[in-house]
Amino acid sequence: MAEIVKINIDGIALEVTKGTSILDAAKSVNVKIPTLCYHEDLCVAGNCRVCVVEVEGRKNLVASCAAPAEQGMVIKTTTPKVRRARTDIISLLVSEHNTQCTTCYRSTNCELQSLAAEYNVDSERYLSVLKPNIQVDKSSYSIEKDDSKCVRCQRCVRTCAELQHVNAITVAHKGRDMKISTFMELPMNEVVCVNCGQCVTHCPTGALTERRYYHEIWEAIGDPDKHVVINTAPSVRVALGEMLGYPVGTRVTGKMVTALKKIGFDSVLDTDFTADLTIIEEGHEFLQRVTKALKHKEKVALPMITSCSPGWVKFIEHMYPDHLDHLSPCKSPHQMFGALTKTFYAQKIGVDPSKIVSVAAMPCAAKKFEANRPEMKSSGYQDVDAGLTTREIGQMIKQSGLDFVNLPDSNYDSYMGESSGAAVIFGATGGVMEAALRTVYEVVTGREVPFKNLAITPVRGLEGIKEATIKLENVVPEYSFLEGAEVKVAIAHGLKNARVIMDQIKNGTSPYLFIEIMACPGGCIGGGGQPIPTNDEIRKKRIAAIYAEDEGMPIRKSHEVPEIKKIYETYLEKPLGHKSHELLHTHYKKRNRY
Amino acid sequence: MTETKELVKKLADKYGRARESLMPILQGVIEEERFVSSEAMTEIARELDIASAEVYGTATFYSFLDTQPRGKYVIRVCKTITCDMHGKKKVIEKIEDLLKIKLGETTQDKKFTLLTTNCLGWCHQGPVMLINSTPYPSLDENKVTEIIMDYMSK
Amino acid sequence: MENLKRVDLIFGAYTNEKYKVLESTLKKSSEQIITEMINSGLKGRGGAGFLTGLKWKFTAQESEPTKYVVCNADEGEPGTFKDREILTKVPRKVFSGMAICGKAIGAKKGYMYLRGEYQYLLPDLMAELDVYHEHAKRFNHDFTIEIRMGSGAYICGEESALFESIEGKRGEPRNKPPYPTVSGVFSKPTVINNVETFVNAVMIMKYGAEEFKKLGTSDSRGSKVFSISGDTPKAGIHELELGMTLADFVAEFGDGDTKAVQVGGASGFCVPRKKFNETIIGFEGVPTGGSMMLFNSSRSMYNVLHNYLDFFEEESCGQCTPCRVGCQQLLKGIHAVKKGEKPSSYLNQLLQLSDTMKITAKCGLGQSVANSFSSIVENFKEEMIY
Repeated sequence: MAEIVKINIDGIALEVTKGTSILDAAKSVNVKIPTLCYHEDLCVAGNCRVCVVEVEGRKNLVASCAAPAEQGMVIKTTTPKVRRARTDIISLLVSEHNTQCTTCYRSTNCELQSLAAEYNVDSERYLSVLKPNIQVDKSSYSIEKDDSKCVRCQRCVRTCAELQHVNAITVAHKGRDMKISTFMELPMNEVVCVNCGQCVTHCPTGALTERRYYHEIWEAIGDPDKHVVINTAPSVRVALGEMLGYPVGTRVTGKMVTALKKIGFDSVLDTDFTADLTIIEEGHEFLQRVTKALKHKEKVALPMITSCSPGWVKFIEHMYPDHLDHLSPCKSPHQMFGALTKTFYAQKIGVDPSKIVSVAAMPCAAKKFEANRPEMKSSGYQDVDAGLTTREIGQMIKQSGLDFVNLPDSNYDSYMGESSGAAVIFGATGGVMEAALRTVYEVVTGREVPFKNLAITPVRGLEGIKEATIKLENVVPEYSFLEGAEVKVAIAHGLKNARVIMDQIKNGTSPYLFIEIMACPGGCIGGGGQPIPTNDEIRKKRIAAIYAEDEGMPIRKSHEVPEIKKIYETYLEKPLGHKSHELLHTHYKKRNRY
Repeated sequence: MTETKELVKKLADKYGRARESLMPILQGVIEEERFVSSEAMTEIARELDIASAEVYGTATFYSFLDTQPRGKYVIRVCKTITCDMHGKKKVIEKIEDLLKIKLGETTQDKKFTLLTTNCLGWCHQGPVMLINSTPYPSLDENKVTEIIMDYMSK
Repeated sequence: MENLKRVDLIFGAYTNEKYKVLESTLKKSSEQIITEMINSGLKGRGGAGFLTGLKWKFTAQESEPTKYVVCNADEGEPGTFKDREILTKVPRKVFSGMAICGKAIGAKKGYMYLRGEYQYLLPDLMAELDVYHEHAKRFNHDFTIEIRMGSGAYICGEESALFESIEGKRGEPRNKPPYPTVSGVFSKPTVINNVETFVNAVMIMKYGAEEFKKLGTSDSRGSKVFSISGDTPKAGIHELELGMTLADFVAEFGDGDTKAVQVGGASGFCVPRKKFNETIIGFEGVPTGGSMMLFNSSRSMYNVLHNYLDFFEEESCGQCTPCRVGCQQLLKGIHAVKKGEKPSSYLNQLLQLSDTMKITAKCGLGQSVANSFSSIVENFKEEMIY
């Protein structure tokens, strides 16, 4: 049994498990100690020293995030000594920071700014030691790196290493020259960065931000010659509210649609439509591979892995370039959407595709890079003109002056506005797998998946790698070779978990047939383009909202969406058909691992 | 295989491919090439299966693991207090004069690089300099001229 | 000289038979060795002054079977060069000390972390190491020693930074706890001692704790190897008994015009002439890893401080705010005051900052910058301003 120690924090006596940090112990009795380099998702660094507290009998202050509570400790968190030290430390951070807060994208959402305001530090207290002539690295389509705003907390480095196992950024040099750097200080677009944007959501300041495109979109909206279409990803609707005055976990789908219409988008559509389409295509691709492998004994790449997450796709391209055949050839939903917008949709509404500006509202930083991949031009134009993050959408709504909270709800426009609950859950880790199983199981057995209310609970939740086994019985004749088969599937989110899955494949020990991988912890609801902060508590609430949205949908399975059926009848012909290959599928590229 | 690639492979064979081998390998590259090139770091990353950024981050932490090209002979003059008090400045000026380079620079023929460094542990016999790994204590203008001339003729 | 006691413990001649002290010590039990060490009152010679015997005891008590002995030969403190001298003259004693420690704590492997600046010592050390390994084998002592090189980073002298460096990483100090005795190099229980400390251990084994205790004072047992430099006609290595006053020291080593002595290197304290009489060199007064830098009245203490701060600003690992930014601010600050860009009262602000650094920095480096800063600024304020 864990040892219990008695401590006292600001006069409150409490008992905690030995080893609990002073910071966590204080939190448990509602004593909030300010932090900066600390983040719930990451290992403790203890390097900013903002969280220092006084421990009776010790000359030096201790960093509460890193110091374990010990028997008999008497801790004080707001003594003059502590306050003076904290004020000094915050002043030091300010002195190496580019304090042009008025023009900073993270203004009012910056942890340094809040701390400096809270402690009312005097910006003249110390001389500025900000390095001169720092250039903002805007080389990446997804991420901007501005070292002048960096406070060297290393949250980004820990994120890139611990959560994502990418290590595109590192701490380089030492002393006054210590900085966060890429390999050889190369521009971000030339290194192994997968554009997941987790560094951005973990950055306390404006040092790492997504590259913004909304100025161009406002311009396009104002251009009478342009037809501007936006599609919104499932996880945007459960997170956007956080930026606009709602508590975490509030669904704001209807208000969001109204706001986007009022902003002036010519058509507001739902990425869920192509999420459903993804299920149809990917589901058939999966069944085709299984049939080839098990029935015809052909050599095909199994397990098959989902390809909806462009951060994950670039990760496998860099880290496992010899295993790209395991990826589903399906484009991510918004790329399918873009391709269809400038073909199918353009035809339907009779607009010249060259006049269409297609915008994707995404929880994601990687979609920005993906939209600019050279192969993403199957419509003959750049399929997606801009991927905007949830944060950018929130910013646009703020700029529009709309009273968001008091907006009425409205529905998505058509075409491509109809969808199922299976598509909504794409936003949470395990969602694509669940959606796929709802359809594939039914195709193979003719019956609904055997889970209460269609909720395939083993694939849900925040565990890093989840597994499920589905037994196929009483299958339809076409799939008789699958009778009695146990299909083992896995779900991984966060690229460190993806690495575990991939190493199994590399070693030939993967027991799975089908795997869902999302680059970001929690899946898209925890995406690199989502409101800041994000942590597990917030992820759970967003996930709950996603499943609630699913349960409220009249249609819960992708293959039952009327508009999906119709687009195959009238345009795409059949899953994996010629047109699908042309518009909905893609190919991958080997990249450098080192 | 390029020379650097071969060197890195040889060093990895010698020191192993665990993370703890990184320093000896980097030091081995310096021994041969006087700086750790981008190519060398990428190769080290490949051999040790770690990110090249980590190799870079580690190398740049240590002042002797230069990531910029250096001459065949790297001269490091101690600039810490007692060497400073006893004429480090004159020694540097003399070397600059002899090699026709400024502090921080490398001669055109890539033979010499002139740098300063922190305490070399010869405070009782300052000023002192290292040429590659050899220390030369008790310097004055005459002595440093002799030493540098000797290297120039090598 | 009558007030200073010269000693010849550390550099005393080797025994006739190689590794004889080691051989006889290996016949003792681990408990016997540790008890002897504790009784001797030996404190670490790196500067921090923790009781060496206790360190060994704590590590010996850990249940984890894999343990390490690490010899800190990353002598980077400005003004210190005694370890280089020890490693040049009596490396056998260092390896013996490490091997004895291995026996005491139950470790099979030792690392010597040698600073890159001393690479030229490597061939001789390796040759001696071969001799050691031969003897260890003969004594049936399963303890091997490996030398790892640094590459120019002062901070790696900080024990946890040194571990990181051995592990192939940036030499950034870790959070403490856990302490090395619980989790050191490769996260295993580790004894890390200074070069001189290991030699002292051998001497204690040779002569016994009682003999050792006769040297020095009750708070500062034994002798100490001093690195003496600056304005002195007797610059070099001197082994002296601890517990002398600075006045006695200056009388022996000064040039007749000594205005200040920096005790303990750049991270130590600056003692002005008026305090020479009252200052005792040792753990009861001003502790030192052995660095004694003398300055005469021709020296500008502003320049001295500037040089130190320049050093710290570069050699800070850079991870923690107070040290990374604090060092830059102190340097920039004294410069601004000197130039008249900031009023002299700004020095008080900087003193407060150095205080903050002392109580909030993550490791000893950041905490100790304030030592030289405040002792120089407070004692030589005029020199900072005019």
